[in-house]
Amino acid sequence: MSSASEASVNVAPAVPRGRMIYRHTLLVRVTHWINAICLAVLLMSGLQIFNAHPALYRGNRSEFDKPLLAMTAQQDGGGSVTKGVTTILGESFTTTGVLGASRDESGQLSERGFPGWITIPSYQDLATGRRWHFFFAWLLVLNGAVYVANLFVRRHLKDFLPSGRELRSIPESIWEHLRLHFPKGDAALHYNVLQKLAYLSVIVALLILVLTGLTMSPGIDAAFPWLVSLFGGRQSARTIHFIIAFYLVGFVVVHIVMVLISGFLNNMISMVTGRYAIEEDRHEA
Amino acid sequence: MKREAVLSRRQILARVALGGAALGLAGCDRLSNSTQTRSVLDAAETLTRTVQRALLAPRDALAPEYGPADISPSFKPNGSVDPDDPDYVQARDERFINWKLDIGGLVDRPMQLSLAELGQMPARTQTTRHDCVEGWSCIGKWKGALLGQLLTAAGLKPSAGYIAFYCADTLEQTLDGTGKYYETIDLIDAFHPQTILAYEMNDKPLPVANGAPLRLRVERQLGYKMAKYVMRLEAIESFDKLGRGRGGFWEDRGYEWYAGI
Repeated sequence: MSSASEASVNVAPAVPRGRMIYRHTLLVRVTHWINAICLAVLLMSGLQIFNAHPALYRGNRSEFDKPLLAMTAQQDGGGSVTKGVTTILGESFTTTGVLGASRDESGQLSERGFPGWITIPSYQDLATGRRWHFFFAWLLVLNGAVYVANLFVRRHLKDFLPSGRELRSIPESIWEHLRLHFPKGDAALHYNVLQKLAYLSVIVALLILVLTGLTMSPGIDAAFPWLVSLFGGRQSARTIHFIIAFYLVGFVVVHIVMVLISGFLNNMISMVTGRYAIEEDRHEA
Repeated sequence: MKREAVLSRRQILARVALGGAALGLAGCDRLSNSTQTRSVLDAAETLTRTVQRALLAPRDALAPEYGPADISPSFKPNGSVDPDDPDYVQARDERFINWKLDIGGLVDRPMQLSLAELGQMPARTQTTRHDCVEGWSCIGKWKGALLGQLLTAAGLKPSAGYIAFYCADTLEQTLDGTGKYYETIDLIDAFHPQTILAYEMNDKPLPVANGAPLRLRVERQLGYKMAKYVMRLEAIESFDKLGRGRGGFWEDRGYEWYAGI
C-alpha cells in the first residue's frame, strides 16, 4: 500500500516533507468529502426541524410538562420576547440570543430554538428543512454504504479495530496527545489507538443516527416495530438522534483541531491527493 | 516578515471561511427558494415513498399499538381546534344530529351516512401513536368505521386512484378559497386495516378540538394526513385539480404528500 518515495522538499516548514506514502484511496477521499457536506447540511436542516418543537422527551409519547430538554422564550406584558430559556432535566438557564430566543433578520428578539445562522433555511420553515434533511439523509446513507462496503471488501475494517495491547496503551497515548507528540516514522503508517477508537465510534454513531432517524418515521415503525423497542420509544429515538448529532459535532471539532495542529497542509493534501508525508522519528535514526 | 505573512494568511483563511459560511447560508436560503433546487430535493420524497412502500405493501404491516397505560393524559390538538365556519358551528350546536358524511365521486353507490349509521358499519378500535410533523407524539385510543369497508359498500369504480377528504375547517383565510383543510390518500392507505374514520377517542365521542364528529386515522403516516372535521369524501382519479394541486392543505404549503417519514 505504501508506495514510499523519498521526497526531500525544503521550502517553508508548513509544507509536508519526509517519506511520502499513499494513505487514502480515491474512494475514501471522495466519500470523506461527501460525508462532510452531508453532515453539515443534515446538522443545519436538523436544527431547523428541531426548532418546530424545540423540546425532547423520553419514551413513546411526549410528556409536555416534563421535557428532558426544552428551549422556550419569555414575553413581557406587551407580547415582546424578552428572554430565551433552556431547561435541561428541570434546571433552567438563561440563553437569550442563542437558544430559545434570538434576533431575526429585522434584529427583533423572537422565539426560536436554535438561531437562524445555524439552520437551513435561516428563517423558520419546517417543510423546506425536511426537504433538505431527507435528500441529504439519502445521500449520507448511500455514501456511507459505499464506504462501509469498501471497508469489508478491501479488509480495511481491521485498520479501526485496536488490539488488546493498544487498548492497554490508551493512557500513554492520551498523555502523548496532550503533549502534542504525534506518532512519527513507522508508527505513523497506521492509525494510533485514539484515532482508531474515534473513527470507529463515528461509524457506530452514524449507524445509530440513521436508525434513530428511521425510528421517527411512522411508516418504518410499521415495517420494523422492533426499532421502536430498541430505542425505548419514538420520543427516546428522537432524543438519541439529537444527542448523537451533537456527539458528531464534538467529533468534528476535535477532528478539525487535530488536523490543524498535526500538520494542516500535510493532512489536507492527503485527504485531497491521497499522499501523506511521514515525518521520520529522530530517535529511530 | 515571515510572521506577518503567516498571520495575514491566517486572516485571509479566516475571512474566506467566514465569508464562505455567510455565502453558504445565504446560498442555502436562495437555493431553498429556487424551483429547480426544490425539484432536485423532491427526488428524495419519491425515493422514500418507493422504498417504504416496498418494505410495507406486501406485508400490510400494522402500525404499533399500545396499551391503556400508554394513553396520553391529554391528547394535544393541533391545527384547527374550534372551527368557526358557519355550517360547522350549526352542526356542532345541533350535536351533529342532522350531520351526514357524504361519500361520492368515482363510486357506483354514493352514500350519505349519519353518525348512527356510521356506528353500524364494521369498526375497529386501536390505541396508536400520533406523530406530529413538528416532532411530538401523543397516544390515543380510537374507534371508527373501517374506510376500506365503506368504500367497498359504496362500490369504488376502477378509475379511482385516490380518496379525497374535505373538511369543515378553514385553517388559513385566502381569497381563492384554498385555505380549507383537505387531504388525499391513495388506495393502499385507504384499504389498510388500521385506516378508520374515527368517531370516538379514548372511549368518548370525538371532542371538537380533535376533529368532531369524524376524523381520519392513517396510522402509518404523520398527523397532518389525518384530516379532522371530515364532511365529505370523494373517490378521485388524481388530485391535480384540488386546492393548489399537491394533494392536501399542508402539501400545498410545501410538505410532502407522502408523510410516512
